[in-house]
Amino acid sequence: MMQDPSNLLVLALVLPVAGLLLALVVGGRYAGRIALWLMPVGLAIAVMLVVSVIRADDALVYDLGGWMPPLGVALRADGLSAIFILTTVAVIGATGIFARTEFRTLPGQPETRTSLTFWALLLALWGALNLVFLSNDLFSLFVALELLTFSAIPLVCLDGRAGTLAAGLRYLLFALFGSVLYLLGAVLLYGAYGTLDIGLLSGLVRPEPVAWGAAALMTVGLMAKTALFPLHFWLPPAHAGAPAAASAVLSALVIKASLFLIVRLWFDAMPALMNPTAAQVLATLGAAAILFGSVLALRQARLKLLIAYSTVAQIGYLFLIFPLIVRPESGSFAAADLYTELAATVVSTSAWSGGVLQAVSHAFAKAAMFMAAGLIAQSLGHDRIADLSSIGRALPITVLAFALAGMSLMGLPPSGGFAAKWLLLTATIETGQWWWALVILGGGLLTGGYLFRVLAPALFGSRQSVTLRAPVARYREVVVLALALCSVLLGFVRLGAFDLVQIGRLAKAGMGLP
Amino acid sequence: MTLALAVDIGLTLLVLAVACWTLAVRDTFTSVIGFVAYGLLLALIWVRLAAPDVALTEAAMGSGLTGLLLLGAAARLQNAKNISAPPGLALRWVAGVLCALVSAGLAAMVLLLPDPAPTLAPAVVAHLPATGLGNPVTGVLLAYRAIDTLLEAVVLLPALLGVWSLAADRDWGGAPRLRYHRPDGALTLLAQVLPPFGIIVGIYLCWNGADQPGGAFQGGAVLAAMWALILTAGLAEAPPVSRRWLRWLLVAGSAVFLVIGLAGIGFADAFLAYPAGYAKPLILTIELVLTLSIAVALGLLIAGPPTRTPS
Repeated sequence: MMQDPSNLLVLALVLPVAGLLLALVVGGRYAGRIALWLMPVGLAIAVMLVVSVIRADDALVYDLGGWMPPLGVALRADGLSAIFILTTVAVIGATGIFARTEFRTLPGQPETRTSLTFWALLLALWGALNLVFLSNDLFSLFVALELLTFSAIPLVCLDGRAGTLAAGLRYLLFALFGSVLYLLGAVLLYGAYGTLDIGLLSGLVRPEPVAWGAAALMTVGLMAKTALFPLHFWLPPAHAGAPAAASAVLSALVIKASLFLIVRLWFDAMPALMNPTAAQVLATLGAAAILFGSVLALRQARLKLLIAYSTVAQIGYLFLIFPLIVRPESGSFAAADLYTELAATVVSTSAWSGGVLQAVSHAFAKAAMFMAAGLIAQSLGHDRIADLSSIGRALPITVLAFALAGMSLMGLPPSGGFAAKWLLLTATIETGQWWWALVILGGGLLTGGYLFRVLAPALFGSRQSVTLRAPVARYREVVVLALALCSVLLGFVRLGAFDLVQIGRLAKAGMGLP
Repeated sequence: MTLALAVDIGLTLLVLAVACWTLAVRDTFTSVIGFVAYGLLLALIWVRLAAPDVALTEAAMGSGLTGLLLLGAAARLQNAKNISAPPGLALRWVAGVLCALVSAGLAAMVLLLPDPAPTLAPAVVAHLPATGLGNPVTGVLLAYRAIDTLLEAVVLLPALLGVWSLAADRDWGGAPRLRYHRPDGALTLLAQVLPPFGIIVGIYLCWNGADQPGGAFQGGAVLAAMWALILTAGLAEAPPVSRRWLRWLLVAGSAVFLVIGLAGIGFADAFLAYPAGYAKPLILTIELVLTLSIAVALGLLIAGPPTRTPS
């Protein structure tokens, strides 16, 4: 079965889904065990997938049911998919270990509400994310988004308090609004071009009103799910109210899935629509998100809300890649010489690598930060920033992890966040767009500001002793530290990841068309 | 003007009128009734558009089951007064104008779509003999795009878990209770008379789906509605959510689908492929089990979170 590496695509998809079914049946304390046992298997599959994609030096494709698109649905793993699948299993695995005792059923006790739902939803979430990264079909991707939405939202209100229920409901409304718009766009594209396959669409879509309408609907819908400014209102209460383990997954991975689809849509499904104006609009929203989110993060009184607003800001960086890949000076172009123009515009590999590195290092850093905040809140009984003085003395490993993750967010060398922002800055200079460089640098300063508010008193507070209400398990601190170290160490592997990002890019394949 | 055109225009105007009425009425229950009527009229339009499968789905899921869910929600809202202030006039205007703009844009784009529309329908029909099926829609749902149907069935599970997770901790493992009012004679009579027919219709929709309009989701929705009716009338109790057999029923459809799909890697040429000659019996097996699982999942979604502490 393993002779053909494309079988890995099926395995990556089936493993979490099978785990969900099994966990639901056996329930009780076995739900958590099943999830934890499947995670190393998933990690092995993800590593094999990355190796296979590098070895093939091309995307792996699997026609489901043996039916080729447009009739059937294809799974496709390019370098980008492989990177995100590996990131996903790493973060979910760390979350699983972190949450092991928090959501367990004691031996001999009946199953509890949170012990079943947390693990089953975590597995469903994992399967949905893998499908988002693998599917090459706009409708299958809609199903993936639904699976993702319905697994993510109950995690927000797992503690059942009125406040988190309201936050979850608001998240639900935004997410369903996004789903409807996405589906409308996909239907329009099928009506106009008779296929939902991304590879086939890339050769068919022309800059015409129906395609523009579909692109607008789908982008706005996915923006709502990504919480891009100005559709970010649902995120802070939802991500701050969820249990720490859930916040980590939501902030690190879930919002990146819809962002991944925006990238797929514009660069792979509809490259003919990608023009400098659209790119500048998307980046302007991203820049607004960086500034707005950072300023609001500066004003928060609670640690988890500060981290959530930081997510609103960090998401903005990812939208800066659009104008860095599609340069403004390439100007308006006629449909006839579209692809030659596009070949000239898609040269900025540093923007691609910078964007992907930002997404991955933010995933690790943000997961670490939410978990660290969870440990702090658990041990102190609160997460008021004003009362975190000298917490570094009591929880040195946790605070160190928080600081390392913060280093990556600020973009200090040698972290992954530094490499990402450096690559993005290089791209702004290469393409002569100094205004985006100002946004990147300003965002870094603001990030430094809001993290300093937390770290300065935590590390150098004047309080002599801090009494902890509850002890913190050492292994949980180690998990948080490992995640934070990953986000820092990513700064050293960027040269290797550089090529992987470009493997199997559809836009590159599209260049060969007349 | 032909009679058919007159009927179509009449239907369209009626749908628009019912939609406006549903939005305009103040009373929640009346609004839900409007929504159900709207869904049934929409189903008629799908029949007129020669899409009977879509019509059945709209009637069973869009109108029937969603209507039941909304009725349940409306009943629960009656007990909770002043949950939050209604949206202000300005917000309602903004929402209305935005909706109107999006609708107008959509209408314009639909008019701009190429005519004749590019379609996969001929390809769907051309490859249908390989599946042994007579209904092209079932061919799309269970052969060409089986992955979508498999995962749509899986989506019901986190959705149900989401509803269950709203339970109080002490009620976990208990049973949901679905009784809004003291059951009166009419409801009890309906719940005694209707289900035998409904169950036959549900099984027929599923069994017949291979060659005629219908299928697992429509059949499951009708069965779920019958179950919900019996529960609402208080003729039977919902089972406790921790029962092992209930969990098995919930996952059986997806599990059978997944196992047959995986067997395709070995016995056919790919995941979710059927071995030549065995396609139809395998698809029928999947549909039967799927109908049962979908019916149980949808019924439990209507029944809501467990509210009775396990004894």
